Amino acid sequence: MASKVLQAIYTDDDILMEAVKAIRAKKYHIEEVYTPFPVHGLDKAMGLAETRLAITSFLYGLIGLAISIVMMNFIMIEDWPQNIGGKPSFSFIANMPAFVPIMFELTVFFAAHLMVLTFYLRSKLWPFKEAENPDVRTTDDKFLMEISVNEKNHKELTELVYNSGATEIKLKDN
Amino acid sequence: MIVGAVGLIYSFIDAPSSVEEVQEMLAAEHHGDVDASQTASAADAAQAKNDHEGSHADHVLTQLKNKPWTAIYTSTLFFFLLALGAFAFYTIQHASQAGWSPVLFRVMEGISQYMLPGGIILFVLFVFSAFNMNQIFIWMDPDIVANDPVIAAKTGYLNVPFFLIRAIIYIGGWVLLSKMIIGNSRKLDNTPDMKLHKKNFKLSAIFLVFFIVTESMMSWDWIMSIDTHWFSTLFGWYVFASMFVAGITAIALVTVYLKKLGYLDFVHSSHIHDLAKYMFAFSIFWTYLWFSQFLLIWYSNIPEEVTYYAARIQDYQLPFFGMLALNFIFPTLILMNSDFKRINWIVIFSGIIILVGHYLNFYVMISPGTVGASWFIGIPEISSILLIAGLFIFVVFNAIGKVNLLPKNNPFLKESKDFH
Repeated sequence: MASKVLQAIYTDDDILMEAVKAIRAKKYHIEEVYTPFPVHGLDKAMGLAETRLAITSFLYGLIGLAISIVMMNFIMIEDWPQNIGGKPSFSFIANMPAFVPIMFELTVFFAAHLMVLTFYLRSKLWPFKEAENPDVRTTDDKFLMEISVNEKNHKELTELVYNSGATEIKLKDN
Repeated sequence: MIVGAVGLIYSFIDAPSSVEEVQEMLAAEHHGDVDASQTASAADAAQAKNDHEGSHADHVLTQLKNKPWTAIYTSTLFFFLLALGAFAFYTIQHASQAGWSPVLFRVMEGISQYMLPGGIILFVLFVFSAFNMNQIFIWMDPDIVANDPVIAAKTGYLNVPFFLIRAIIYIGGWVLLSKMIIGNSRKLDNTPDMKLHKKNFKLSAIFLVFFIVTESMMSWDWIMSIDTHWFSTLFGWYVFASMFVAGITAIALVTVYLKKLGYLDFVHSSHIHDLAKYMFAFSIFWTYLWFSQFLLIWYSNIPEEVTYYAARIQDYQLPFFGMLALNFIFPTLILMNSDFKRINWIVIFSGIIILVGHYLNFYVMISPGTVGASWFIGIPEISSILLIAGLFIFVVFNAIGKVNLLPKNNPFLKESKDFH
């Protein structure tokens, strides 16, 4: 019974938060928590590493900015020089104000779309993928906590989870 | 205690500046006179040769005479609007029934207290202008108006008595409402009466409606009318963005400073984080408005409009583009990181950059119309900043020092203290 998980169901996010703190205080490892909505502060309580999505987003934004600059320079200045706003200077820097909205939009576009794609890849999500959550009720109004257990500690842990306010406790093979 | 500490700071800042201020007034007038007499005598000699050069010397003389006036006007206006921006932020907290901010109310109220002395100084400066002691507002000079059909067509709105009446309405309205709202907030300390809280909610809503109309008109009157021929429909918002971000930055700086001294233990890094978020967001908001105004005028290239930017880019290249770096690029890059917003010295550092940048913004809005090409940031500018900043710091910390820093009986106080 080396790889068994204990599944505990909670009905309230505040009770869940307290339970997560109590169980982590006893040095048990919480595998995963499934919630119907984002619970504020849960990631910190579970001790998850901070997300690096913000850094990737910044880098994607820079890529978008660079692409827009190269693109506008080629399209509007080099390939087919345009007379912009009655100022036929044909230089990128002198016409730059006209390109700023496009630079801004492409920065946002790249940052947003690539960040969503990164999030999908990182969380191993793709179309037609089967749902991973062990209980459909977690998409409605229940909160489910998974803790890995072994022969030695499952009794003690069950008691702890019971006392922390779980309404249902199951032991499952992995 | 705080008053003592602040008195020290005040004397520190103010003592050199008041000496300098005297020096400045002398030096600047002197400077102006000497310079002018030089240019004038040069012009006298040249006048036989060329009439045009003589009129140019006259022009430079007016500009140099305007210089100390512009300096004191810019810094007075900047600090007054900064206090007004902070007060607008404070009323938004009341009107939106915000839960995070009541622990910062005393700081915001303290900064708002500068509106009364600041407004009085500003009005005195307007009266000086009205008596034609300077030429900050060229439309106040009847000779110029008589020879300028564009300005003459605007005299229905731009005339001295109506201008002063409007100034009284704006300043009086803002100060009166601020006294009422802050007074109610102080009374709430002694009596746990929810009526006062509800009253403040209503007064704040009234203030915000009054403010957004008068603020826009104020920006036309006090800043846009300096370049009398030019107009921009976005100008009110643009000035609002600048004063709002300056006000929030001042709140953040004072909060961090008092917390360092140990007077604001109930304010924790989450409150600082939120203030820094506002600094970041409104810096970008300001840039957005700045660019929106610039892009349309640059693109359409209509002579009447584009001269405004032509004067700034040709004669004021360094402050004009420098403020863009200070107000947009620095805050964006520094305050983008979420952890940086919680570090006190980074907030202070970027706050000082933002304040300098927005002072430059006001300088670039005002100076080209009054001083023109003969600008430089010298003794008059720096000493008038020091004088007004000293007065501002004295008034603000004096006001903060007199009251209990934690407001009692505010229904959101618990939420604000537990805010994380």
